[in-house]
Amino acid sequence: MTDTTMTAVEKPRNQWLDVWAQFRTHKGAVAGLLFLVFITLFVTVGPVIWDVDPGKLNIRNKDVRPIYMAIFDSNAKVSWGSPMGTDNLGRDIMANIMAGGRVSLAVGWTAMVLAVFIGTLIGVLAGYFKRLDGLLMRFTDLVLALPLLPLLLVMMLLFRDPLRAAFGPENGIFILIVTGIGITSWMQTARIVRGDVMALKEREFVLAARSIGTPARRMITRHLLPNVMSPIMVSATLGLATAIITESALSFLGLGFPSDFPTWGKILFDSVDRMTSFPERVIWPGLAISLTVLAVNYIGDGLRDALDPRIRGQ
Amino acid sequence: MLIYTIRRLLISIPTLLFIAFVIFMLLELAPGDPMAQMPLTIPPEVKEKMRLALGLGEPWYVRFPLWLNQFFIVEPQYWIDSKFGTNFADGAQRIISFQSRSPVFDTIAQRMPQTLWVVGMSYVVGVLIALPIGIISAYRQYSVFDQAGTFVSMIGFSVPPFFSGVLLIVIFSVQLKWLPSIYDTTHVVTNWDSFVFQLRQMIMPVMVLALQTTAQVSRYMRASMLDNLTQDYVRTARAKGMSETTVVLKHVLRNSMIPVVTVIALGIPSIFGGAIITEQIFKVNGLGQLLIIALQGNDIPMVMTITFLLAVLIVMMNLIADVLYGILDPRIRYD
Repeated sequence: MTDTTMTAVEKPRNQWLDVWAQFRTHKGAVAGLLFLVFITLFVTVGPVIWDVDPGKLNIRNKDVRPIYMAIFDSNAKVSWGSPMGTDNLGRDIMANIMAGGRVSLAVGWTAMVLAVFIGTLIGVLAGYFKRLDGLLMRFTDLVLALPLLPLLLVMMLLFRDPLRAAFGPENGIFILIVTGIGITSWMQTARIVRGDVMALKEREFVLAARSIGTPARRMITRHLLPNVMSPIMVSATLGLATAIITESALSFLGLGFPSDFPTWGKILFDSVDRMTSFPERVIWPGLAISLTVLAVNYIGDGLRDALDPRIRGQ
Repeated sequence: MLIYTIRRLLISIPTLLFIAFVIFMLLELAPGDPMAQMPLTIPPEVKEKMRLALGLGEPWYVRFPLWLNQFFIVEPQYWIDSKFGTNFADGAQRIISFQSRSPVFDTIAQRMPQTLWVVGMSYVVGVLIALPIGIISAYRQYSVFDQAGTFVSMIGFSVPPFFSGVLLIVIFSVQLKWLPSIYDTTHVVTNWDSFVFQLRQMIMPVMVLALQTTAQVSRYMRASMLDNLTQDYVRTARAKGMSETTVVLKHVLRNSMIPVVTVIALGIPSIFGGAIITEQIFKVNGLGQLLIIALQGNDIPMVMTITFLLAVLIVMMNLIADVLYGILDPRIRYD
């Protein structure tokens, strides 16, 4: 009898398996995750399969409409050689969307990692060390009071040329945009992390760890950081979404990457002049940006529910 | 409360000075030369004199206090002079734009109405749409309406204004030809027809900005209503036999509005930031467009002044939000 009950005992559960089980119940989040995986594969593996140079001019094949136009208008200039159409210089739009997406996603991820790193660092320092708290939080409030979009525009304009000269046109702008977005969007993370660290500091396990002489460095890395992982992850998803939007906005205002270097915002900006005749050229990059950000936002929503132990398991 | 307000006002002075300093130093590092547009035939010594005439000859620690003096003392004096016909300013040097050579504040005063109309209208419309959505979403939690509201606000968070604006133009101006795609700021409303025209050209920019506001405010309204709907006083009110309308709209709504009002106040500066992009799409010649043009033309005094005005707006709105919170909610005591 005891043998049968022993086999019925569940396997020991892992916390992250629980989180994943809860995450899977959120339909929007799963759909968002699938879309994010799809778009990431589209921009990374896509160019291997769709082997067209995004910068290749083909004047004979310019202004090709997307393939679905053949359904509405049998005379439309369509070609299976470029299913999303080509632009006014004959560049293939699908190849451009892939290349642009790679840059947009790379900027989004890197800027998000930077912002989360700065935010976590400042949040943990302010929450853990009382002496630094006043100074760091006053500083955070000051940065929050800055008009960030105009300042970001100013930064783009001022440091564009020196960084271009130092790191080359593409890398220079990449560093500039990533740094700009990173240092203007860490404040929310810092505030959340500080609050959580301050609450954790009063808990018994921290007292126990301190009583056996754990140094501050190990206290933070072993005891505090793992416990503030969930708010950090949620604010990371929000950060990814805003970073992608900010990069596109900068490109859209003409202050982003150089003109022959596609990003989603840049393609959208370049297509606005001809959107009367070729509306699809603004729709493709716009849809790519919006759906990616929507997917990331839904993932964040699902993560928030999945990481909250009060909701999990209900 | 009064003491708190005064203390906050006093704290905001060093905050603003610090922000002004940050913006000034950032612009000071500018490698861009305002004289770059001048013809190359101008001899160097004349160019140097022109540079001095633009006020660029002095080091930053002389020019920063000068700018502060112009912004906080000279410009208000000119404003008072023009209002009351006095002569406080007495011909003092104003902040002059490098591009137009006219006082920066004159240009800003010309551009302000367009931005205020579009931005202000969109904010009011956005809030007016958001409040009922938030209330109904919370009252019928997890209903179809609530799900739809969540989805719409997700879209509002995710679709950037430069795509939603362009999409609206493609649909309503290009395909359906219902609305004009360019905002005509010279248009004057004189009769019914011109009023209808004004209304038609305002719909798209206002709706683009309102979508962002609606997304944010309706979420806060819903969360705040949900917090209050489960409170004991609501059950008491129901038990007393009050009608459901009275309970929801009088008791719950009033208490739920407290945090929402502060969110509305805090959102005002960010909507001006959003206006920079929207004005670019619909070709509204407002403050945002002025900032972009000034940035592209290395017009440092203009950029400095507009950016600083936005910073003042942010600091003031933060203060108003905090004070309002204290006034509306007697449980909040700052002292």
